[in-house]
Amino acid sequence: MTTTAPTAPAAPASLSGAGAVVELDAVEKRYGTHRALAGLSLRVEPGEFLSLLGPSGCGKTTALRALAGLEAIDAGAIRIDGEDVANTPANKRDMGMVFQQYSLFPHMTVRQNVAFGLEMRKVPSSERKSRVVDALDMVHLADFADRFPHQLSGGQQQRVALARALVTRPRVLLLDEPLSALDAKVRVSLREEIRRIQSDLGITTVFVTHDQEEALAVSDRIAVMNAGDIEQIGTPEELYRSPSSAFTADFVGQSNRLGGDLRGGDVFVYGFRVPALDLTVADGPVLAYVRPEDIAFAAEGVTGRVVSSSFLGSIRRTTVRLDDDTIVTVQHEVGDRRVSGDSVAVRLLGAPVAVAPVS
Amino acid sequence: MAAVSAGAPARPAGPARPAGPARSARTSRPARTGGPARAPRFGTAPSLGTAAVVLIVVGLVFAVPLVALLQFTFRQGTDGSLTTAHYTALADPANAGTYQPVFDGLGASLLIAVIAVAIVLLVLLPAQVITALHHPRLRRILEFVCLVPITVPVVVLVVGFVPVYQFVAQVFGSGAWTLSFAIGIIALPFAFRPISAAITAMDLITLTEAARSLGASWWTVTWRVLLPNLRRGILAACFLTITVVLGEYTLASFLSRTTFQTALLLVQGTDPYVAAIFSLGALVFGFLLLVAIGRIGQRRTRVRRPHPKDPA
Repeated sequence: MTTTAPTAPAAPASLSGAGAVVELDAVEKRYGTHRALAGLSLRVEPGEFLSLLGPSGCGKTTALRALAGLEAIDAGAIRIDGEDVANTPANKRDMGMVFQQYSLFPHMTVRQNVAFGLEMRKVPSSERKSRVVDALDMVHLADFADRFPHQLSGGQQQRVALARALVTRPRVLLLDEPLSALDAKVRVSLREEIRRIQSDLGITTVFVTHDQEEALAVSDRIAVMNAGDIEQIGTPEELYRSPSSAFTADFVGQSNRLGGDLRGGDVFVYGFRVPALDLTVADGPVLAYVRPEDIAFAAEGVTGRVVSSSFLGSIRRTTVRLDDDTIVTVQHEVGDRRVSGDSVAVRLLGAPVAVAPVS
Repeated sequence: MAAVSAGAPARPAGPARPAGPARSARTSRPARTGGPARAPRFGTAPSLGTAAVVLIVVGLVFAVPLVALLQFTFRQGTDGSLTTAHYTALADPANAGTYQPVFDGLGASLLIAVIAVAIVLLVLLPAQVITALHHPRLRRILEFVCLVPITVPVVVLVVGFVPVYQFVAQVFGSGAWTLSFAIGIIALPFAFRPISAAITAMDLITLTEAARSLGASWWTVTWRVLLPNLRRGILAACFLTITVVLGEYTLASFLSRTTFQTALLLVQGTDPYVAAIFSLGALVFGFLLLVAIGRIGQRRTRVRRPHPKDPA
């Protein structure tokens, strides 16, 4: 990525369109006996950037492909601006899609690739040319118009794929893990570029990812998926700070699973009292999901020995084996350096935690 | 393709390597200028000398019979003198009666080749594409079916074909072209492989889905995306089918049709020189087809070099 310019041009007017409302209503999809989508319902607001986040096999890609028309659904409705498209073939749905795999047509130049969707829509040649140029400008690849896909790096290919998906002014942009084949640095810069372009164009976007950090970084809202349905949907902050279930707490961000005792809405963990987030769990022994930043080193507290410590740039994370052999991860300042074998004491800071009954 | 290297030219050896005794003198020298004799050998390739010997032996095995055949077509009687008379005789109207079967057979074989290629393009190719797109689990079965003909000797196949062809003759008559059905089957293994390789080489499903999501109909997907990317494999399949047809003898002979090969045998009795000339011609034609296949492949690979100015 040479051209992540600070002078990002505003999205060209030729490409912006109004965002559409996307609704999935009790969508079911079965593969044999396996229910890939178990009555999934979801509403994406106009211009919203919504991520479907979940472990592999949770149905997030199936949901996206059903939305794109690449997978037929067994029950339910899919509506774009109120119009049911469940039986509309993929080529008539007017959605732009970027795939996980490199999907540029290898026998066409970048320019021909981007123009393909416009040709399908019978856009006149002169308008086609200017829109292709606009789209390539938007992803900073105007100079690469006459290259073939194999002459581009992975990141450039995905940017061309993004331009190709957006040049037709689709009603919805679908992103199927478009960054997963790229290396870490390109991944971060491209996800920011995608987010910038998406905000500029105001296009409703559904982004599938299994990378929680990626989802937290770019989304307006995140739908955490599990077993073909939505486990929790909310803003990144909500999901991180108030996970409604143990699954979300475990999947979004990092958590220490500590045994505790739930009594009247509070959990007692190692003698520390912290509020529980989920009030539906019955009193009794529970697992509390405590974030590494909600635990700190202290002069007094639960004692243990340092196992390892990782330097993460602006913070440090240290793994401690408590005296009862429980492993906890503590997030702390970089300056506070701990060495393997150090005797330490930790305490809980009292932030609300997700709880799950001990089964 | 994910990570394109920075494009720095490969250095022959580390510049900061301490200058050890004899060893460094050898390793730090690039192989190109150092000469093959003393340079230590790495990798799996055999030495130049071994490679040359192998190539020469293999080349001779192929070349000697061909050169002998070529020499034979110029031979005059048994005293060893050479003449072009056999070639000029081909054009002589007086011999037309003798050579006519060869031309008839050649015509029949070319017609069979056209029909067999049509079978490959209209039956095998769609079957392979549809299997890859919609029924990937059937791929193994299709592969097995297509490869069976190569495992069964043609003579055995013919035994099965004889009763079938009694029926075929009733429906389509006994023209030599009807052989194209049987030869189409014999050519299956040769046609299947290159198409299969081309399908594997491209990400058929993703490209199709990308084109669909961009608004392309199935027809457009086939015409604008699939066929251009499968072109190499399709051409190779067609060329190989043609060479199989031109070389086919057993089927035609057992089913009593006149094709190029059976006609050659027929004419050989009266004029062995003409048979040799045509055999040589067929071999050269087949050779040219194979070179053409190689060229098509090469053109693509040559373009595939990474662009030197590419950033990561």
